[in-house]
Amino acid sequence: MDNFAPLHDDEEFRSQLQDCANQLVEKLQSDNYEEASELIHNLVEARNNHIFRSVGQLTRGLHEAIVNFHVDGDMQQNPPNINGSEIRDASDRLQYVIDMTQAAADKTMDKVEAVAPIAMDLGNESAKLKEEWMRLKRREITAEEFRGLYTRIDDFLEQMGAGTTLLNSSLQEIILEQGYQDLTGQVLKKVIGLISDVESELVNLMRMACQVEEVTGLASTKDSVAPPVAAVSSKGEGPQIHADKRDDVVSGQDDVDDLLSSLGF
Amino acid sequence: MKILIVDDFSTMRRIIKNLLRDLGFTNTHEADDGSTALPMLKSGDFDFLVTDWNMPGMSGIELLKEVRSDGKLAALPVLMVTAEAKRDQIIEAAQAGVNGYVVKPFTAQVLKEKIDKIFERVEG
Repeated sequence: MDNFAPLHDDEEFRSQLQDCANQLVEKLQSDNYEEASELIHNLVEARNNHIFRSVGQLTRGLHEAIVNFHVDGDMQQNPPNINGSEIRDASDRLQYVIDMTQAAADKTMDKVEAVAPIAMDLGNESAKLKEEWMRLKRREITAEEFRGLYTRIDDFLEQMGAGTTLLNSSLQEIILEQGYQDLTGQVLKKVIGLISDVESELVNLMRMACQVEEVTGLASTKDSVAPPVAAVSSKGEGPQIHADKRDDVVSGQDDVDDLLSSLGF
Repeated sequence: MKILIVDDFSTMRRIIKNLLRDLGFTNTHEADDGSTALPMLKSGDFDFLVTDWNMPGMSGIELLKEVRSDGKLAALPVLMVTAEAKRDQIIEAAQAGVNGYVVKPFTAQVLKEKIDKIFERVEG
């Protein structure tokens, strides 16, 4: 529907209308009512034919729009029974974005909640040890307390080692989790592309409908219509949102590795 | 080792950069698509290329093909890190001469394994 031709015979219809009107005036002025009423009949018929043709074009336009969006369903039913379409696919994609962002947010918060107490414990213990250490420096500590401090420092260093290892790995996992921004971003770009397509199809339909209205006198406004927006094209497919239900798509890194090793990698 | 990370999403570039830093690779540079990456590769003595597939401008697969057809860059190890998960695409990348293929989302472990494997092969 991109290069939709202007409505077929507007010019012809207009000149027909004018001819008829002129002849009608002539006939009426010469009191020839029989031929005048025949002319009126012709006028109405020409207008009707024009409306039928215009509506036909509009219907064809709608049909093309539906075909362009790969709508799969039974249009004979009322309401139509739609099995699948790019719009429905877009809804699935948006649902995938919600699921991805939810999972990433949950995982990030889980990680933070799991390691936050480690950081807090280490902080508390180091504050307490610092107090003892200061007392030691001021020589205010007994031999017994010193032995206690000695083992506590030992424990603390051990805790410190294990705790920071866990903190580091959790921090790294949190960073990795931010990958959702890329994956959902790719999906959103696809949906934006689809919305641009829908918009340009609608603009085309509106332009056709305006022409029908104008010619048939159903409405007199003539809105200017923006040129169709070019669709966003991308070379890859982006994240597979139903990877588990498709045969032509790998379901994870293990599948990739198997496939590559079958190719001699 | 000088590494170029190519991805149109800055978040993903940061993630890969962070993971590589943890693996001990600190000399990393970034580009947001193939057409920005190619001149950098041609003039910049890089030792390793990590690229996404799906990018505006020049895609990762096109970049890979350019690299393989360039006399000076032909032997550059290339790791593809991408959300593209169709078997045909993985085969296409393998045929174009990719050295490793990681599908997003991935783990630090997988990235490390693939990088280790690439350099084992390159050095061996």
